[in-house]
Amino acid sequence: MLNKFLAAGIAAATIAGVATAAYAGKELDAIKARGSLICGVSTGVAGFAAADSQGKWTGIDVDVCRAVAAAIFGDADKVKFVPTTAQQRFTALQSGEVDLLVRTTTYTLTRDTALGFDFTGINYYDGQGFMVNKKLGVKSAKELNGATVCVQPGTTTELNLADYFRANKMTFKPVVIEKIEEVRAAFFAGRCDVFTTDASGLYATRAANAPNPDDYIILPEIISKEPLGPVVRHGDNQFADIVRWALFAMIEAEEYGITSKNIDEMMKSDNPTIKRILGVTPGMGKALGVDDKWVYNIIKQVGNYGESFDRNVGMGSPLKIARGQNALWTQGGLQYAPPIR
Amino acid sequence: MAVEALGSAHRVKVAPWNDPVIRGWVFQIVVVGLVAGLAWYLVSNTIDNLNRQKIASGFDYLGREAGFEIGDSMIEYSPASTYARAIWVGILNTLRVAVLGIFLSTILGTLIGVGRLSPNWLLNKICVWYVEAFRNVPLLLWLFLFYKLISEAFPGPKQALSALWGSMFLSNRGLYFPVPMADPIHKWMGVALLIGIAGAVALHRWAKKRQEATGQPFPSILAGFGVALGVPFVVWLLGGAPHHLSWPELKGFNFEGGTVIQPEFTALLLGLVLYSSAFIAEIVRSGILALHKGQSEAAAALGLSRGQSMRLVLLPQALRVIVPPMTSQYLNITKNSSLAIAIGYPDLVASINVTINQTGQAIENILLIMAAYLSVSLSISAFMNWYNKRIALTER
Repeated sequence: MLNKFLAAGIAAATIAGVATAAYAGKELDAIKARGSLICGVSTGVAGFAAADSQGKWTGIDVDVCRAVAAAIFGDADKVKFVPTTAQQRFTALQSGEVDLLVRTTTYTLTRDTALGFDFTGINYYDGQGFMVNKKLGVKSAKELNGATVCVQPGTTTELNLADYFRANKMTFKPVVIEKIEEVRAAFFAGRCDVFTTDASGLYATRAANAPNPDDYIILPEIISKEPLGPVVRHGDNQFADIVRWALFAMIEAEEYGITSKNIDEMMKSDNPTIKRILGVTPGMGKALGVDDKWVYNIIKQVGNYGESFDRNVGMGSPLKIARGQNALWTQGGLQYAPPIR
Repeated sequence: MAVEALGSAHRVKVAPWNDPVIRGWVFQIVVVGLVAGLAWYLVSNTIDNLNRQKIASGFDYLGREAGFEIGDSMIEYSPASTYARAIWVGILNTLRVAVLGIFLSTILGTLIGVGRLSPNWLLNKICVWYVEAFRNVPLLLWLFLFYKLISEAFPGPKQALSALWGSMFLSNRGLYFPVPMADPIHKWMGVALLIGIAGAVALHRWAKKRQEATGQPFPSILAGFGVALGVPFVVWLLGGAPHHLSWPELKGFNFEGGTVIQPEFTALLLGLVLYSSAFIAEIVRSGILALHKGQSEAAAALGLSRGQSMRLVLLPQALRVIVPPMTSQYLNITKNSSLAIAIGYPDLVASINVTINQTGQAIENILLIMAAYLSVSLSISAFMNWYNKRIALTER
């Protein structure tokens, strides 16, 4: 929409106008002085970031923001969420409108370099898929030649889609609308044959937005790697470290069986690793420049990675997505955190 | 020179800070200095910030492969084309909807405007309601409404409504209809059309001159259309009258062959035309009402018919009032077409937005888009100003 475009313009003007010196620690100082973290999230993808009727944000992306706030302030609620569209998100981060972007954003080389960002980790391993109406009788993405495809602009999805059809010598007609709500509406109205986005997004859309979820199937092909993760802008390595390790702490906690329920007992554990993680043996927080009880605060208030996954997108949620690649490395998945020591 | 010397001789001696000439210069230099300083500050600061954050800058990206597909393009385009071409596709799409929008809303607006002056009660009221309904609701809402109507009301491609013995198909994918197969003669027909139009203009000039000299009228408008369309027709006949058509056919998911008017384009054009024509109607009405009643009475007294008095007496005078606000309206149509992004029509804004997102180079792209809209708008203004000058009152 025009105002989105305007927002990009204003953000560009902000880059032009404000002399924000972005040296180590400066971002973190600004966040501390402000007293809250400003986190860019999506405008509403069930399970990842969506506001409920009371305006309370929940989702697996939201939990990363909350974990970072818990590490910095000791209070996971000190976050202000800024919904951004796929198109606004990078300008919002570049211009300093948000401190941190956790918005189902795919980790790519261009984004990590030319856009001036640093990805700090991967909080969800995803891949792009296709959803079609059952009535079409399509069983495979290879049968989609000539189809009309609904897609959001400015995403890796849009590029993968073009690549996939080119590689398979097929053609398609895109219908590209900026707002995800409008894209979904166009798809469910039959304007397109196919809706494509990350598989997690397809499950979320089918569960939360389809007039009748049983009418739609998600095709078996996963056509891309979409590692989704938190992003910060270049300039403040200390803040980037905190974001990186907040997510690692959640994964590490799951690996060592530390949950929001048992954490107070875990504080009495004799295991030296757990003592180090939870700050019973001090030093880790100091190295990171935060309180030594940072992991305790994260797990107590947000939960470990497994809890967050289960509550938002897993079996404890309407999406019912299996852990799959997002299981811990010890359980055959890809989620792996370097040791906290 | 003499006058200046005379003036300075009589000048009263004042202190330099009280001298209006010196003061004027000083103020102007200060203002220019401030503006230049601000500009320098913004530019250097931007470059500085971009460098520090290691954000890429420059226009090199324009030559790189765009990688995204565009749903509606007037020229050859594929994901393998460059960003520059993707932006060019966007500019052409913007121009297409703007030009058609200006053309259609001028016609519709004039009809509605004249309708509002009609003594016929029903016609008059319909026009009043039309104007009030369309200009009092934001254009964006109209666009959403039309787009929803088209995508929800029409059936899918497999149940498409067919018309004219299965040659045209209407579905939520758009209106498909047959077009002539590409033929080399089409290029020459285009050239012939230009020649025909030039001929029609020359004919009209000749007829006007003859009428001024001898008083004999000549149906130059009808004859002009005949010439403009006749020349390409003759060329077509000479080229062997190729009449093979490409027919739309349901293949797999969609129709193939023929050509299509897509729902996004239709919704945008419809929205722009209906919305803008409400404003144009008011401009036309005000232009006609600005004329003194004596004008039409005098024309009638001279024995001119109603059509003649409208064409020769009233409209030329009304145009002087109509053209300046009409220019703003035309500019509005062009700029409002950027709302296309809300309903997925791939216009300039859409191309640029995707480019910003894929390259991260917001500043360069915003500059490009501003330059594009500015040149389109300035061209429209320049043309309308030229036209305004041409129809201005010439005193003899």
